[in-house]
Amino acid sequence: MSIAKPLPHDAARLHVTGTARYIDDIPVPAGCLHLAFGVSPVAHGWITKLDLDPVRRAPGVVAVLTAADLPGANDVSPSVHDEPLLSDGSVHYVGQPVFLVVATSHLAARKAARLAGIACDEETPVLSVDDALAADSRLEPPVTWEKGDAEAALAAAPRRVEGVMELGGQEHFYLEGQAALALPQEGGDMVVHASSQHPTEIQHKVAHALGMPMNAVRVEVRRMGGGFGGKESQGNALAVACAVAARLTGRACKMRYDRDDDMTITGKRHDFRIAYRAGFDGDGRLLSVIFEQFARCGWAMDLSMPVADRAMLHADNAYHLPAARITSHRLRTNTQSATAFRGFGGPQGMVGIERVIDHVAHALGRDPAGIRRANYYADDPEAGGCPPPAPPGDISGKKKVQTTPYGMEVEDCVIGAITEALLESSDYRARRAEIARWNAGSPVLKRGIALTPVKFGISFTLTHLNQAGALVHLYQDGSIHMNHGGTEMGQGLFQKVAQVAAARFGQPPDAVKITATDTGKVPNTSATAASSGSDLNGMAVKAACDKITARLAEFLAAEHQTTPDRVAFRDGAVFVGEERLDFAAVAERAYRARVPLSATGFYATPKITWDRVAGRGRPFFYFAYGAAVTEAVIDTLTGEYRMLRADILHDAGASLNPALDMGQVEGGFVQGAGWLTTEELVWDERGRLATHAPSTYKIPACSDRPEIFNAALWDRGRNREDTIYRSKAVGEPPLMLGISALMALSDAVAACGDGHLYPGLDAPATPERVLAAVARQREGVA
Amino acid sequence: MDITFLLNGETVELRAVSPTETLLDWLRERRGLTGTKEGCNEGDCGACTVMVLSEAKPRPLWRALNACILFLPQLHHRALRTVEGISGPDGALHPVQQAMIDHHGAQCGFCTPGFVVAMAAAHANGRRDFNDALAGNLCRCTGYAPIIRAAEAATAAPVPAWIAEDAEKLRRFFLPEISSGGPEGRGAESPPPAGDGFLPADLDALAAWYAENPDATLIGGATDVGLWVTKALRDLPKPCFLAHLPELRRIEETPDGLRIGAGVTLNALREAIAPLHPDFAELIRRYGSDQVRGAATIGGNIANGSPIGDGPPALIALGADLHLRRGDARRSMPLEDFFLDYGKQDRAPGEFVEAVTIPRQTDRLKCYKLSKRFDQDISAVCGCFSITVEDGRVTAARIAFGGMAATPRRACAVETALTGQDWCEEAIRAAQAAFDRDFQPIDDMRASARYRMEAGRAMLMRYFLEDGATAPTRVLEVRA
Repeated sequence: MSIAKPLPHDAARLHVTGTARYIDDIPVPAGCLHLAFGVSPVAHGWITKLDLDPVRRAPGVVAVLTAADLPGANDVSPSVHDEPLLSDGSVHYVGQPVFLVVATSHLAARKAARLAGIACDEETPVLSVDDALAADSRLEPPVTWEKGDAEAALAAAPRRVEGVMELGGQEHFYLEGQAALALPQEGGDMVVHASSQHPTEIQHKVAHALGMPMNAVRVEVRRMGGGFGGKESQGNALAVACAVAARLTGRACKMRYDRDDDMTITGKRHDFRIAYRAGFDGDGRLLSVIFEQFARCGWAMDLSMPVADRAMLHADNAYHLPAARITSHRLRTNTQSATAFRGFGGPQGMVGIERVIDHVAHALGRDPAGIRRANYYADDPEAGGCPPPAPPGDISGKKKVQTTPYGMEVEDCVIGAITEALLESSDYRARRAEIARWNAGSPVLKRGIALTPVKFGISFTLTHLNQAGALVHLYQDGSIHMNHGGTEMGQGLFQKVAQVAAARFGQPPDAVKITATDTGKVPNTSATAASSGSDLNGMAVKAACDKITARLAEFLAAEHQTTPDRVAFRDGAVFVGEERLDFAAVAERAYRARVPLSATGFYATPKITWDRVAGRGRPFFYFAYGAAVTEAVIDTLTGEYRMLRADILHDAGASLNPALDMGQVEGGFVQGAGWLTTEELVWDERGRLATHAPSTYKIPACSDRPEIFNAALWDRGRNREDTIYRSKAVGEPPLMLGISALMALSDAVAACGDGHLYPGLDAPATPERVLAAVARQREGVA
Repeated sequence: MDITFLLNGETVELRAVSPTETLLDWLRERRGLTGTKEGCNEGDCGACTVMVLSEAKPRPLWRALNACILFLPQLHHRALRTVEGISGPDGALHPVQQAMIDHHGAQCGFCTPGFVVAMAAAHANGRRDFNDALAGNLCRCTGYAPIIRAAEAATAAPVPAWIAEDAEKLRRFFLPEISSGGPEGRGAESPPPAGDGFLPADLDALAAWYAENPDATLIGGATDVGLWVTKALRDLPKPCFLAHLPELRRIEETPDGLRIGAGVTLNALREAIAPLHPDFAELIRRYGSDQVRGAATIGGNIANGSPIGDGPPALIALGADLHLRRGDARRSMPLEDFFLDYGKQDRAPGEFVEAVTIPRQTDRLKCYKLSKRFDQDISAVCGCFSITVEDGRVTAARIAFGGMAATPRRACAVETALTGQDWCEEAIRAAQAAFDRDFQPIDDMRASARYRMEAGRAMLMRYFLEDGATAPTRVLEVRA
């Protein structure tokens, strides 16, 4: 069977030969035009003068559009219609699109876009968290969820720590920038190729912009050159711009952002300030934690509401908090509208509690790994977790299910078992002792080591999004055509789902033709996001395949005068009892017998309920778990550091494809570690993003991966919920394994002091921040 | 201009090329070869990596280069391979391609062609230092581990014939006609018509023409000038290409030291300097990326006057002299005197950098490059130190910094504070106080002024601690 095989990515050969097509590689019709935005030079204000004549006169320019020229809705927001394609006269961040240049070449459009005369009445921009709090600039009122009486429990706790952490945002830096291509069709219809995680939303926004119903627009996405959440909503503007320009000119229109434009215009991961107060006992067991999360959301709503919600939903990570209060502030600032990014707020929430645990361990002078384990949710032995310790004083034998701060029972916890295995395989205890010895003899360099866990909730928190559709055809020659609503951004979704389809038909994986996501084939799809791709689309494809095999079984049963349950699809053939039939021949006969060989499939995730106002319910179908141990060395003269070793154990359930899932684990770790170390976004005092290119914004390079890098999937993984072949979602969770890199740096910094001052290392922990933290340790003052 | 080169084994002759058209745009938009990707259009991500062979002797040395900041005339008389030419003519996969499939080295696949070409170049050159060879290729998906596994797995396989053959083709097609001009390709054109680019036939022709055309844009490797076109969207007046000139690419050992032609690439300089000043070579290892170092010239690094170039601080600390030429007139100066102010150098119109000389000396040089990311990052601070200690006393000190002022600059007050002092921690601490007299750095996105000062002072301490250190002082010395 094709399930669980470590097959290569379906496009691997195309990738390595340069023949995989991305948007900018698609051959275009003659006369195709190219677009570029002219953008706001100021962070906040009103445009008082817009001189576009120099733009219109520039070589190659065909048209220049402003908001007044748009044929339909001026709206590219994925949520509350607060994001115009082109400025309505007000501007809200440096880089906001103001006008659209349509030209004969990409370069001509870019050159012309810089020639406008834009004068503005500037208003004081709201840039920082402090600015926003001072101006009470918010997208919605603060949200608070509470479990128990957190304040009372905190007051009653024997020990307390408190602190404030700054946590930077993150640029997606998908290698393929945003891009779209619109091809006008007869009767005003539009076909759009987009580099998008959310083709249905592109279809929806384009339809509105053209004043057409959705059925007039077809959106196709074969692949993206990376998405990471950055192509969930941020591609809307390009697709709509192309469609509108194509409508107005009657010609194909293509738009791709130059990298600097991409980084200047599009949203990034939300940066956060997290204030915490925690009460605990002498063993480091948390009794109450109170968080205030301040999310800098940028100028428009975009997806900030569910992002901020998910940060709250992960404020516990893998720890049972007997009492907790989480307050979330969604701050509106004159910067790019922060958006989805792998983890979707979860990482920020998780860093908050990891910071608390690290602080508690430091206060007690204990190994943070021990404090972490003391606070874990109890494992579920049925899911492969550790058996519960004999509860003192409780001889009932009844399992007590612990609940999250939002009232969900944690039924599937396996973090204890994963941690035990990882402590063993990474030789954590011996290494920690060796590092302490080594540090004592090393005045300039200090090493640190840390273990951090991940428990990540799987499902869209907006419950209705947890649905998926598929369309599967069996052709009369026995070849299979598979389509579903998920999009391929490199994660290997198409291959994993094709393995499901192949398994259902008992065919080898290469018998299944993988086809581009297409709103004309599967409608009303959700974004490929929230790690849900395989869970949702795998199930939908399975349903479609099973309809066809059921019809074939019925046909064959009649043909062979037996019952359908005697028909099996396996080993590349069809079996009726013991008789082996050629699959293609069966397809051919079924076609002639007028058996329908095409089917749709549909899936809706069961069990989930969520009341986001009350902050209560079961927002997640299940949790994915993992843990990492990272070792780092820091240079106390300059703050430079290297990641020396990382060991990872991650739970992908019963993996559909362990090779592809491992790719998510290794890649996620490095991306998460990058977020918390070298990836620093810097805005100047006028709100201009100073780090708008890879020359200044530093994602991990080759040598930034840990020199020793032992990643593995947890071999006992099996989803206790009925997911596709008992696998688990694996897209986002591994990113948060990178938190161990930040905590390893914190551990190394702590080795510079005498133990009385907590390092309080903020993120990203650039060499500069590490050195400042070292200086605080050496001077002994915060 | 008219140029000729080999593209994936086939001769390509181009008439009247636009001299500042980038190779990437030409490949994708005119040639329909869309395997080479645009990731950043500034030479920082490597998605557009191509491999170029410019010399067949003594051994074929392939260079991985960024096509996004490579102008077409730079390819004249070179052999070029894009990702489309990495596999064989019959579609057979190159060993690095097969290994990338086997080791799951591609996820989204967009960086993959660039990686594959950089890996193929490293493979053809027999390299195994993949962290360096691939430092210029960014991948956002994989975390690099599977890519490195693939690169390692492919090392054993022989260089495929279709790639090995390029060296012979290069010799056969281009070298006979240029044999009089030295071992490498050269232009042979008379001065160009107005508005066209210029590939001077030899150094004298360049000198004469540039003196008459001081508004021309001299282009070495185009790793900086390229961005004037791709990012600043400037039209360059009279682009003139230098990197093919053998006279500028020469490295000569003289009794006095080393004379390095202005057209010597950073990679070639690294190789030449390693035996003499290993820490300078280590600094260059972290300069840009392999793609950048294979194109960037030391002359360009100096002449553009950047306050954050990594070459000048090391050269100043070594007491290097700069040699300028205008027409037939030549003059020399200590390198530090060349840098007058931000964006202003002591270079007359029509004058160009011809060479830099490093005096022969006992190696006391240490170079400390500090950047947010360890590899392939522009320095926040680059401190280079050469301090001579005799009988426990400092007899001479040359210290220079990048990133601390508007130009690369000597730390004269610090040098003075050290010279004549005992070589001890107290003297270092006293000299650290002199930094305030030498530098008032700025805050920017790379570092705060305060951090720059602290780091600069710390580098002096590192130099002292390294001198006879027992415990490690550099993070690269430590293993888990």
